Amino acid sequence: MYGFVRLTRDVEERLTILFRQSKVIGGLYRSLGQEGESVAAAYALEATDAVLPLIRNLGALITMGVRPRDIFAQYMAKGPSPSRGRDLNIHFTHLPHPGAKEPVLVGPISMLGTSIPVAAGIALAAKMRGERRVSLVFIGDGAMSTGTFHEGMNFAAVQKLPMVVIAEDNKYAYSTPTSKQFAVPSIDQRAASYGVPHEMVDGNDMPAVYAAVKDAVDRARAGRGPALIGVDTMRMSGHAQHDDMRYVPKALLDEWAKKDPVTRFRARLVEQGIATGAALDGIDRRMKRYAADEADLAEQMPMPDPAEVAAGVYHGDHSAPRVEIVRQWRS
Amino acid sequence: MAVVTYLEAIRQALFEEMARDERVFVLGEDVGAYGGAFKVTEGLQEQFGEHRVIDTPIAEAAIVGSAIGAAYMGMRPVAELQFIDFISACFDMLTNFAAKSRYRTGAGVPIVVRGPIGGGVGGGPFHSLNPEAFFLNTPGIKMVEPATPADAKGLLKAAIRDEDPVLFFEHKFLYRRLKEDVPEGDAAIVPIGRAAVRREGSDATIVTFGAMVQTALEAAKQLEHEGVGVEIVDLRTLAPIDRETVLASVAKTSRVLLLHEATLTGGIGGELAAIVAEEGFEYLDAPIARLGSVDAPVPYAPPLEAAFLPSAAKVVERVKALVKY
Repeated sequence: MYGFVRLTRDVEERLTILFRQSKVIGGLYRSLGQEGESVAAAYALEATDAVLPLIRNLGALITMGVRPRDIFAQYMAKGPSPSRGRDLNIHFTHLPHPGAKEPVLVGPISMLGTSIPVAAGIALAAKMRGERRVSLVFIGDGAMSTGTFHEGMNFAAVQKLPMVVIAEDNKYAYSTPTSKQFAVPSIDQRAASYGVPHEMVDGNDMPAVYAAVKDAVDRARAGRGPALIGVDTMRMSGHAQHDDMRYVPKALLDEWAKKDPVTRFRARLVEQGIATGAALDGIDRRMKRYAADEADLAEQMPMPDPAEVAAGVYHGDHSAPRVEIVRQWRS
Repeated sequence: MAVVTYLEAIRQALFEEMARDERVFVLGEDVGAYGGAFKVTEGLQEQFGEHRVIDTPIAEAAIVGSAIGAAYMGMRPVAELQFIDFISACFDMLTNFAAKSRYRTGAGVPIVVRGPIGGGVGGGPFHSLNPEAFFLNTPGIKMVEPATPADAKGLLKAAIRDEDPVLFFEHKFLYRRLKEDVPEGDAAIVPIGRAAVRREGSDATIVTFGAMVQTALEAAKQLEHEGVGVEIVDLRTLAPIDRETVLASVAKTSRVLLLHEATLTGGIGGELAAIVAEEGFEYLDAPIARLGSVDAPVPYAPPLEAAFLPSAAKVVERVKALVKY
């Protein structure tokens, strides 16, 4: 779990460099300071579960086995990227061949909240066919205000579908604070009216997130229906790189800087004697190198062929490159 | 073959496809024990069980969104919208999620979204819509709108087997008013993307679809008495449009009336007019004519609705003017 969160931060740092070099085509949406919850939540899943991330859940994809080269290629709009240069950041989808021990990954669209009914549909199919698959879907404090969130959540609850929602309170939806987003005291309480279990956890405490999600996932897999886990965290960078976050009080940033999930998890591993500082230093070096190598690989990829601009709108005239899933460092 | 109504033909398609392929399932509001607001899904739940005929909350985005998710997992969902007007509530799911999915990510969305369309039954502004043009400008979505029982069955079977998202617009005015012999099984399939020539004629072409095919046929009968031979092209599929059949007919008759039930401005008639003008200009002996509903919401009172909708009398008048030009 430490390796994944470290790698997530390294990939985003490398993306920031590529962004400054104008090699990233569109915006860059970092998950700085909240990488821990994505990694810990995904770590609670089995290899064939479904993950529906939002833009700040890169950590969940990395944990499920997406290689950094595919992320870099997406941001740089390369031809062999998972969306073939047609879409940006982590907007891509991976549907494994039947029987493959791979996750289902469904990238978001920019109309946030729409992932929730789709996650319910994935869970519905699993329930109908008696498959073990659980659908894990991320949503933020802003997107929870959409109608689609409520529709999907309610449908999943009524049908007792194996769906787990991670509701992130990262304090701001672009510049809008949570106080202007909902009037209940904490984000998880928005789930109360659906009759699904919900709880709030410290999102920067990775073992706490892992434990809560693991319980919810086990419960869903056992046929006991959906659950919602609220995570308390903080977006430590702007909505995207162009956003200087002048709307965020400095005291709030100072407070959350002390709760950085990576350094916190590292300290805990050392304190509890699970790993030595030297061993973790080794992981740090390996991940930094890996991220850099993967970025280099992606940089060398060609841009898409303009002749293909109209291909693949309908079935039969184009095929997508498959995302290669490499499950690594998982015990 | 058996003589069945337009509505029964749709029901048959659902029964046959669900029996043929266990991945096919139906979801929507009141589709289960009640059998649907118009009884299109009557008996389906008894036959296939609650897990394959799912009553949903009143939540169109959840209906279409969960259909998308299930389709990603290899299922073949058929989502019912109780009235097609409610399609606005799942516009994001259709235009932004389903339509763009294959192009963006390679992941196809083989769903069918079906529902009753159109006016003529006193449904008022929220139960009478013809929203085809909303989606004509959305690459990635296919649209079909049958005019006969055989097409209703055949196009629905084709839509369920299609790899892309298909909007299936069934006209509620035709549900119990039309009856004909309808084939069984695979023989019933009508391929998506091909128009039909409903009536041959050499003086003018009417290009239309859905319930307006009946209006055009009625007008053609009257015109025949007056010595005017009208050819009627029934598009059947609205996206993609069968340009060849349209252009071949215009080449034959040199005069064309584009007729649809949706309001005129920005309607499918405009697109058809552009196709004919760009690709068939030399065939024309008269300006392209268009006839649609009046640019207003669909009114409730019978005299207002009659004034709103295209009628056989209006069609006769327009075709006569075309021929006289």
